[in-house]
Amino acid sequence: MTPFTYARASDAADAVRLAHMNRAKYLGGGTNLVDLLREKLERPPALVDVTGLSRTIEETAGGGLMIGASASNTSVAEHVTVRTRYPVLSRAIVAGASAQIRNMATVGGNLLQRTRCTYFYDDDGARCNKRNPGQGCDALDGLNRNHAILGTSPSCVATHPSDMCVALVALDAIVHLQGTSGRRTLPLAELHRLPGDRPDIETVLEPGELITGIELPASRFSGRSTYRKVRDRASYAFALVSVAGALELDGGAVGEVRLALGGVAHKPWRARKAEAFLKGRAATEANYREAAEAELADAKPLSDNAFKVELARRCIVAVLGQLTEMKP
Amino acid sequence: MPININGSAFELPDDSRVSLLDLLREHLHLSGAKKGCNQGACGACTVLVDGERILACLALVVQYQGREITSIEGIASAGHLHPLQVAFVEHDGFQCGYCTPGQICSAVGMANEIRRGVPSHVTVDLSCSSIALSRDEVRERMSGNLCRCGAYNGIVDAIVEDFAGAST
Repeated sequence: MTPFTYARASDAADAVRLAHMNRAKYLGGGTNLVDLLREKLERPPALVDVTGLSRTIEETAGGGLMIGASASNTSVAEHVTVRTRYPVLSRAIVAGASAQIRNMATVGGNLLQRTRCTYFYDDDGARCNKRNPGQGCDALDGLNRNHAILGTSPSCVATHPSDMCVALVALDAIVHLQGTSGRRTLPLAELHRLPGDRPDIETVLEPGELITGIELPASRFSGRSTYRKVRDRASYAFALVSVAGALELDGGAVGEVRLALGGVAHKPWRARKAEAFLKGRAATEANYREAAEAELADAKPLSDNAFKVELARRCIVAVLGQLTEMKP
Repeated sequence: MPININGSAFELPDDSRVSLLDLLREHLHLSGAKKGCNQGACGACTVLVDGERILACLALVVQYQGREITSIEGIASAGHLHPLQVAFVEHDGFQCGYCTPGQICSAVGMANEIRRGVPSHVTVDLSCSSIALSRDEVRERMSGNLCRCGAYNGIVDAIVEDFAGAST
């Protein structure tokens, strides 16, 4: 690691001030950042520890849920309101990482974790536009089995590694931010960028802007929502493909539906084309398959990951089928 | 503010880059927690912070001032092995022993999580507040601790026996 100073923020305003003064990075649980520091992929002159900031999880006036950005992943997954009203979020969290990491990792940090693309990590041996803009991307013609199939660019085919974010995007989560010019909110679906020609810029956050909380709107899908993750081993691995789904039936038809995919793009991928296709249509497997086709029509598989297109298609159909069978 | 390790207070190192694992091993010569991968993939460095299991390799010491750390050296009490340590011996829950300190600290933390009702990837009913400790639950919840000797069957046996004993 290159040397850095350390300061512990007392509140969000203090954190923003300290970070602005010192060109600091915010430190949550450290489960990703400490690794990146050790690999010298991050070399900030200063760290501002935000784990002392809000970690409360409480209901909002509108019947939703406000989660402090410093809440641990475990504390969200185990929260009784999350388990009963937003089960897809509990399921997604416990599908990710290990218990030790979930105990350390914060919600804010989970949103901002960086890709585990092996070429991004290989500073000595590989070219990476995310690490060194303009250098080129060795994943394009390399071992790209784990890489993205949607929203890619010739500059970058890395995936966003979070499971939690996939559920949050499906739940229409709102991110609360605080920066030097004040506070604002943003739909989580708009927080992460597609790579384009600047894969090094991963979010729309302003420099020094801090995530202070995640807000979930009132739940309408508690009875029919779930998370399915497919990976190379049964536990403790990143997703090849994952699907967060929530469904509201209107008789035999699809009323409201939310679908998001993980492991397939540079950001948690909200499957809006599939959702638009399904709304009002009969809740049948044929329609579920057609919805998946609509979402994946634009998929651009690489040399080693064409299987992800078929896998994503089957996962979408399976999740929708599972949701239809649930007895809320 | 100092950091408390196995009941004793220690000053923080001057360098903010020191990990909790390096503090334990290199500064305090508590070599139970192991540096397997040093990147959060193997679980051999698992310790408890205020009773919660974490990975010492990914923890910067400066973040843990004032907290209570328990490493494997602090698991036994007054010269008596922790019941889980006895169970590991009885069930051959190890071969080379390298991962064992992390396995045991992890399992102690896991027991607290189960009692609290923290769900896992294999928990079927999320609305249920009490979770039965099946072998599948143990395997899933312990998946952050690798054992390259493959002593998993003995490890699971030891944990199930100890947990059943502690619950009755």
